[in-house]
Amino acid sequence: MIKRYILSGEDFSIAGEASSSFKAVLKKLGIDAGIIRRVAIAMYEAEINTIVHGGGGECEAEIEGNKITLVFRDQGPGIPNLDLAMQEGYSTATEEIRELGFGAGMGLPNIKKYTDSMNIETEPGKGTTVTLVINL
Amino acid sequence: MEYFHSVTLDTNKCHGCTNCITHCPTEAIRVQNGKAKIIKERCIDCGECIRVCQSHAKIAVADTFAMLDDFKYNIAMPAPSFYGQFNSMFTIGQILTAFKKIGFDHVFEVARGAEYVSAATRYILENENPKKPVISSACPAVLRLIRERFPNLLGNVLNIISPMETAAILARREASEKTGLAPEEIGVFFISPCPAKVTSVKSPLTLEKSNVSGVITAKSAFKKIISIIEDVSEEENLSVSGSEGIFWARTGGECLGTGSVETIAVDEIHNVITVLEEIDNGKMTSVDFVELSACPSGCSGGALNIENPFLASSRISQQSKKKPQIKEIKDLDVDGLRWEKEVQIMTFAPLDSDLGEAMRKMELMEEIYERLPKLDCGSCGSPSCKTLAEDIVRGFASENDCIFLMREKVRDLAKELFELNENYRDFKKEG
Repeated sequence: MIKRYILSGEDFSIAGEASSSFKAVLKKLGIDAGIIRRVAIAMYEAEINTIVHGGGGECEAEIEGNKITLVFRDQGPGIPNLDLAMQEGYSTATEEIRELGFGAGMGLPNIKKYTDSMNIETEPGKGTTVTLVINL
Repeated sequence: MEYFHSVTLDTNKCHGCTNCITHCPTEAIRVQNGKAKIIKERCIDCGECIRVCQSHAKIAVADTFAMLDDFKYNIAMPAPSFYGQFNSMFTIGQILTAFKKIGFDHVFEVARGAEYVSAATRYILENENPKKPVISSACPAVLRLIRERFPNLLGNVLNIISPMETAAILARREASEKTGLAPEEIGVFFISPCPAKVTSVKSPLTLEKSNVSGVITAKSAFKKIISIIEDVSEEENLSVSGSEGIFWARTGGECLGTGSVETIAVDEIHNVITVLEEIDNGKMTSVDFVELSACPSGCSGGALNIENPFLASSRISQQSKKKPQIKEIKDLDVDGLRWEKEVQIMTFAPLDSDLGEAMRKMELMEEIYERLPKLDCGSCGSPSCKTLAEDIVRGFASENDCIFLMREKVRDLAKELFELNENYRDFKKEG
C-alpha cells in the first residue's frame, strides 16, 4: 500500500501535515505504537528538510508486510557535503528559517537515529532523494 | 470490560442534531436513529458535548447530598475553581463556612492538596531527572486522552496523584485523628467543576481505589450555598491554603508552582491535542514542564461550573492576592503521593487484526471517501466524511446514510423510471 504526499515549498505552516496524516493511517492499521512514533519523528524531520532545503517535493510512503519505506524527493540544490550534514549541530539554514524554530542541525542525525536504514542520493543542482526504512 | 462514564445522554431531550458529534475532540459520538450515542471506549469525559448541546441533553452523572447519610462525619472538599463562582465580595472563609451550614461537619481545601502536588513536582524536577517535557497529570480528561491517543507520552507524565486525591488523604487523616472515628466512617466529598473528575473517582486510572467517597457537582453545591451565604456572618478559620494552591484554578497556576524555568500552560482540549501532537513528534524537548487542561481557562472553565470562565478566572486572581503565597509544608512525603499503578494504554481496534486485510480495508475506505461530498456536515450521524468512510468499512454505517449520495441515487432512479415509462409508451404506440 502506497500513500503519496505533496510537500509544497511555499508554506512552512503546513509542514508536519504529511507525517500527522500518515501517523493516523498507521494507527488504523494496528501498527505498534513505538514504531509509529519512530516513523512520525523521522518523517517529520525529513518533511521539514524537503521543504526547507529542497524547496519542496514529494513523499512516497509504502507499507509492506515487514517494513515501512519512506522516499523523499526534491529538485533542490542538493547537499554539498554529506559528511558535514550528518554532524549534529551542523546547519546551513538561513537566519530567517532559524527564527521559525527550524535549522538546529539535528535533522539528518535524528532521522538516522529513528530509522533502520537511511540512504541519501544527492547531486548538486539536481536534487536529493532520501530513502528511509523502518522494519516492522 | 465495563467503562464508567459521568457524561451520559438524556434521550428524551436529544433532538439528534449534529452539535455534539462535530465538537467531540475524540470523535466519540454518532447520531443513530435520531439520537446521539456515545462510544464508551472513546469518550474521555471532557464535557465538551455538555457545553455545546443546546437541548441540554448531555448530562454529568454525579452523587447527591443524600449520600452524606452513609457516613458519621462528612467533609466537603471544594476545588479551588469553586471560589471563582462567587462574587469577590464573599471571602474564601465565608464560602468554606457556608459548607458547614448545608450538612457538612468540616471542610478541607483541595487547593492545599495542590500545594503538596506542587512541592512533590518541584522535588521530582530537581532530584529525579525525569523525561522532558514533564507533562502534568492533574486533568483527568487529558490523562485519558493521552492513554488513548498518545500512549508513547505516558512516560513523560508526572506520576503523582491529583490535588483532589492528595487533599482527600490529608482531610481524612486529620479528621480521623480529631474525631477518633475509623477512616471508613468519614465521608470525603469533592465539589467538582467537571465530569472527568467524577469518572476519575468512580474508575481511577492510577489508584486501586479513590480516596474520595463521593463527588457533588459545583452547580448543585452552588445552588445550596448561594441561598445561605449572606447569612454567614461569622466566618470560621477554615482556610488552610495559600495563593499557590488557589492559583491552580486558572491556566498557568500549576506551572507557577513548579518553579521551573521553561514551562508552557495550555488550555482547551483542541489546543491540548495540538501540543501533544508536537511533543509526540519529538518537539518541545527543551521545555521543563507542560500544564494541560481540557477546559478553557483551566478548571475555572469546567463544564459543571456556573460562571463565565474568564470572569471566574479573574476572581481567582483577586482571591489569591488576599492570601500568603504558600503555607509551609512540613510533612511532605513524595513517595506517598505517587501513583499506585501505571496507566493502562487504551488503543482502538485496528481496521483488521491482519495487516494485509487492514490495508485492503484502508484502501476501500479511501475509495468510499472519494465518493463522499467532503462537506463534513454531520447529517449522516458521523462527525466527518472521513469518519463516515471508516464507519462504513467497520460495518457501522452505510453509504445510504449520506444524504448527498442518497440524493444522487434518487435522481438516477427517477431518471431511470422516466426512461422506462417513455419506453413503455413507445411500446404501446407501436402496439
